[in-house]
Amino acid sequence: MTVAAAGGDAALAFIELGAVAIGLSIVARLAGRLGITAIPFYLLAGLAVGEGGIVPLDVSADFISLTAEIGVLLLLLALGLEYTGDELGSGLRTGVVPGLADAAFNFTPGFVCGLALGWGVTAAVLLGGVSWVSSSGVVSKVLSDLRWMSNRETPAVLNLLVIEDLAMAVYLPIVGGLVAQRAFGETTATVAAALVAVVVILTIALRLGGHLSRLLSGATDEALLLSVFGLTLLVGGLAEQVQVSAAIGAFLVGLALSGPVQHRVGTLIGPLRDLFAAIFFLFFSFQLRPSTLVDAALPAVALGVVATLGKFASARVACRPLGVGRSGRRRAGAALVARGEFSIVIASLGAGTPHGEDLTSVAAAFVLLTAIAGPVLARYVDRKTSVAAA
Amino acid sequence: MPEISETPLPGVGVRHEFVTTKRVRVAVLTHRSGRREISVFRRADPDACDTVLDLDDDDAVTLAGLLGAPRVTEVLHAMQRLEGLAIDWVTIPDGSATVGSTIAEGEFRTRTGVSIVAAVRGDNTIAAPGPEFEFAAGDVVVAVGTTGGLAQLRALLRP
Repeated sequence: MTVAAAGGDAALAFIELGAVAIGLSIVARLAGRLGITAIPFYLLAGLAVGEGGIVPLDVSADFISLTAEIGVLLLLLALGLEYTGDELGSGLRTGVVPGLADAAFNFTPGFVCGLALGWGVTAAVLLGGVSWVSSSGVVSKVLSDLRWMSNRETPAVLNLLVIEDLAMAVYLPIVGGLVAQRAFGETTATVAAALVAVVVILTIALRLGGHLSRLLSGATDEALLLSVFGLTLLVGGLAEQVQVSAAIGAFLVGLALSGPVQHRVGTLIGPLRDLFAAIFFLFFSFQLRPSTLVDAALPAVALGVVATLGKFASARVACRPLGVGRSGRRRAGAALVARGEFSIVIASLGAGTPHGEDLTSVAAAFVLLTAIAGPVLARYVDRKTSVAAA
Repeated sequence: MPEISETPLPGVGVRHEFVTTKRVRVAVLTHRSGRREISVFRRADPDACDTVLDLDDDDAVTLAGLLGAPRVTEVLHAMQRLEGLAIDWVTIPDGSATVGSTIAEGEFRTRTGVSIVAAVRGDNTIAAPGPEFEFAAGDVVVAVGTTGGLAQLRALLRP
């Protein structure tokens, strides 16, 4: 009887999920056609099927939320896989000044905006994070679509992405501590413990990464996929247990893998990440009410303008040591404007806090704006600098 | 030879750059996947470039062959990825016992387990030299084998 009942539920859930997935595939195609990332479209799709949307769904929220959480882990795992330990090391050596400038120019607007809206420190710190971090996915797509990859300013752009990602390894545990909403002394202790844990895991990851990679190198694709997926969930779960945020655990697993295995895992995990991440973005805006999004429009636009200028300022600082000219600096700035996956991940951490709903709405509107405007702006700058050159 | 500068691109690959004798700045971007992009920098905006060619792994090998670069280096790179194998470049010194003798006579593979995959004489690279190849002083021998085998080979080639 239970089987039959479950069968009925499953049938409904399959039909709904199938319809949603097909809907997402259509918007993903559209985004590809337009040459921009699918993230803003996933967010819009989430609004459409969410509460108060056009066709509200009633699939089990538990199921979707777990899938969405896995999506975050896979996003971060894939990000960690992008870089080798050497690249992170050299990024740290050369990128501290641009990294700090980038934080100052782009974290501050979000933080100030949060305070001005009267959200309190925790939500303001989260909004600062939302406005800070560029979307590595969108930025590298812009660089390769517009064929800017070999340009003089590009190493500066990519190094800035590395620094931002590394900064997240420090930022996320701090936010995790703040979100827990405990007494000041206790929060400080949690944050300190979390940071120590990150340093320990990072050291282990970089030291023992070679052994781990060798251990996995003999595995078949199937076994490799399962072991890395399992390891990511396991380390993520353990990290969450010690208040370090599961996302960072997954990121460190990605960092620990190196050599040929790194490349293989990257190709194996790619499709899985795309699937789960799509559900994450969908679920994020699924929980938003369109009415709060309307209220969020004004702060999001204001923040978008300031944070766009902020990225141009960061690009200026980052390009200086490379001796890049004015057009190059402008290209670098435009490439960095888009915010995306990380901003949504950060905002989702604060979803349960007192100003969570305002925060997630502003973040969604802000990401929608910058993720669409960034690539468009980059194209415009490209045309302008090409004309100037011709 | 013009100076080649190398710039790592985190998460992407590595970019090599040089200026041709006609003062054109050329960049070769090697993606992690092995895809290559060859670009030429613009004169008006020296920071920007236009991609001239997009090559996958095989195309790059073909082009390198056409341009006369020894294909053997590609083969060597492939071998370098093999577990437990090392590559060494050994110069045959003046007065080495092997000068004037052939690869076959040296019986290197039987004695050390090492394969000689190429020899460089002056500006010429001889890919896969046959057993009849005769060593001369100053030749550089490219050999593939275990670390131990390579050490034995080096000892055999000493004067």
